[in-house]
Amino acid sequence: MIPGTYLPTEYLPILIMLLFATGFGVVTLWVGRFFRLRRPYAEKLIAYESGNPPSAPPRFRFSIKFYLIAILFVVFDVEAIFLYPWALVYDKIGIFAVVEMFLFIFLLLVGYAYAWRKEALEWER
Amino acid sequence: MVQLLFFYFALVVIGLGLRIVTCKNPVHSVLLMLLLFFHMAGLYLLLNAEFLAAVQVIVYAGAILVLYLFVLFLVNLREEIKMSPFVQKGKWAGLVAALALLITFLRGVFNFTLGPHGQYTIEKVQQITHTKAMGEAIYTTYILPFEIAGLILLVAVIGGLALAKKEDKGA
Amino acid sequence: MADWQIDLIKVVFIWVWALLIAVVMTWVERRASAMMQDRLGPNRAGPFGLLQPLADGIKLFTKEDIIPERARKILFILGPPLFALPAFSAYAVVPFGDKIVLGGKEIILQVSDVNIGFLYVLALGAIGVYGMVIGGWASNSKYSILGGLRATAQLISYEVPMGLALLTIVLLYGTFSLREIVLQQQGTFLGFLPNWGFFKQPLGFIIFMVAAYAEANRVPFDLPECESELVTGYHTEYGSMRLGLYLFGEYVNMGTLAAITVSLFFGGWGLPYVDMSRFLGPVSYGIASFFVFFLKQAFFLFLFVWVRWTVPRFRYDQLMGLGWKALIPLGLINLFITALLVQLTT
Repeated sequence: MIPGTYLPTEYLPILIMLLFATGFGVVTLWVGRFFRLRRPYAEKLIAYESGNPPSAPPRFRFSIKFYLIAILFVVFDVEAIFLYPWALVYDKIGIFAVVEMFLFIFLLLVGYAYAWRKEALEWER
Repeated sequence: MVQLLFFYFALVVIGLGLRIVTCKNPVHSVLLMLLLFFHMAGLYLLLNAEFLAAVQVIVYAGAILVLYLFVLFLVNLREEIKMSPFVQKGKWAGLVAALALLITFLRGVFNFTLGPHGQYTIEKVQQITHTKAMGEAIYTTYILPFEIAGLILLVAVIGGLALAKKEDKGA
Repeated sequence: MADWQIDLIKVVFIWVWALLIAVVMTWVERRASAMMQDRLGPNRAGPFGLLQPLADGIKLFTKEDIIPERARKILFILGPPLFALPAFSAYAVVPFGDKIVLGGKEIILQVSDVNIGFLYVLALGAIGVYGMVIGGWASNSKYSILGGLRATAQLISYEVPMGLALLTIVLLYGTFSLREIVLQQQGTFLGFLPNWGFFKQPLGFIIFMVAAYAEANRVPFDLPECESELVTGYHTEYGSMRLGLYLFGEYVNMGTLAAITVSLFFGGWGLPYVDMSRFLGPVSYGIASFFVFFLKQAFFLFLFVWVRWTVPRFRYDQLMGLGWKALIPLGLINLFITALLVQLTT
């Protein structure tokens, strides 16, 4: 086969599905326009805080924990992605596959243990 | 048809890329980047690399971009900072750098010749599926780079944690 | 019929199916909750209140559309469709039946049997985060922002154990394609058990199930929208059909997760011990396989409601602790055991 002539046709239905999904979101919101009221006044438009006028700006300082979790997640996610093709060819490579993955996961576990030690996984009650 | 699709994806990727660096609102930039990653995934699909397309969405759109978003939220405490776009500061230096990069790329493109066919022809990849072909290559021939990647990930965890989390000694 | 016409029909079919499930689920949820709490639940609209979802739909459609003044308008509008998009397209790789012969043509009852299989569902699940976090951030209200952040942190935390559980399935079946996985689950195992993923991977199933409940934001892990602390979390400021899209997307997500659970761990469309294709015609076999799949899916959908009124909500530190300190080590151990077992048996 000549490079550059391959058309992934099995993904066409998926493309149709994605277009349908986008269309659904847009159309329901757009059609709703014709049925909905729109009579705003100032009190209606303030942010909801149980009926009181909002105190303090909403963009408060949030815990750095969220950021740490995101970093850990990126690493673990990449790790899992590496494991997928490994699991797929596992039976072909044999015992060698176990050893090399043991090494890889061991490296990850060092990082995991470090995160645990650093209490990055603890959340305040 | 393939060409047409390729040009669509390529043009959208370039257009979105430009829009992302010139966009004033960083959160909008992140969302445009999400769209860009989907188009990149489309390019991978055209290359018969479906696993990479999935990885592009799972890792880049699903993980790394979330990290970006968290960083933005962490920095923009009160109001969204209207960043002045990159293009305005050091305009000339940037232009020169971009031009140099462009010339390098163009040289690369024009000097490009097809190398000898490797073990994995398109037919073979299609037959055993892309993921398996990739797995076989990574976990036999390229085992050392793979383990090095593991080491790099370890460095990333430790670096990130060490920077973000100070040891509180008094408490 | 041309191939693309068949594709289109399948997409429309699965679309209507997904919507119907979501609509009926809103009714089931309310009636079953009422039953478990010894009250009646909605019973005015139609017989047994069956028309209640329709009434709800009309209400959401005609409600006033409010965009709070502090909200970031573009992002606020973008939030709900961004949440609905991945929810509504994840069904594409779900095998909702074996195959059916129509007009001399064999049609696989699955929108597309792509090689990456459930990785596609994982990818879309990862995108679902944006609808919540962008919606919450754009609302610019305390409850919404905190809800959005919590939702994101929770979702990404539980994606890791879910991935580890799925890996054991890949080890067992050597493929990502959900159709292949279901096909390999037919027949029996050890002579008397159905050849289901559940019996070969009980621990993997438990990890997957817990992660699935967290991914769907369902009790006991509904922290992003726990009404007693955060009003309703990231969609506090939303109303009318915008809110409708969020709620709808959640029910569709539940349907997808139930369908994936059935395909990965409970033999999909197949009946245990019985090979339906032997005594059913090509058309009735297709319909029967869809019906079996639907029954299994319905059970797991009902389980979502059942669990909701049985288990109390977690605290946030417990939630994160469970994800990072219990499920991940458990998942890794399970992965190792499975890898060794596969190595020994082949």
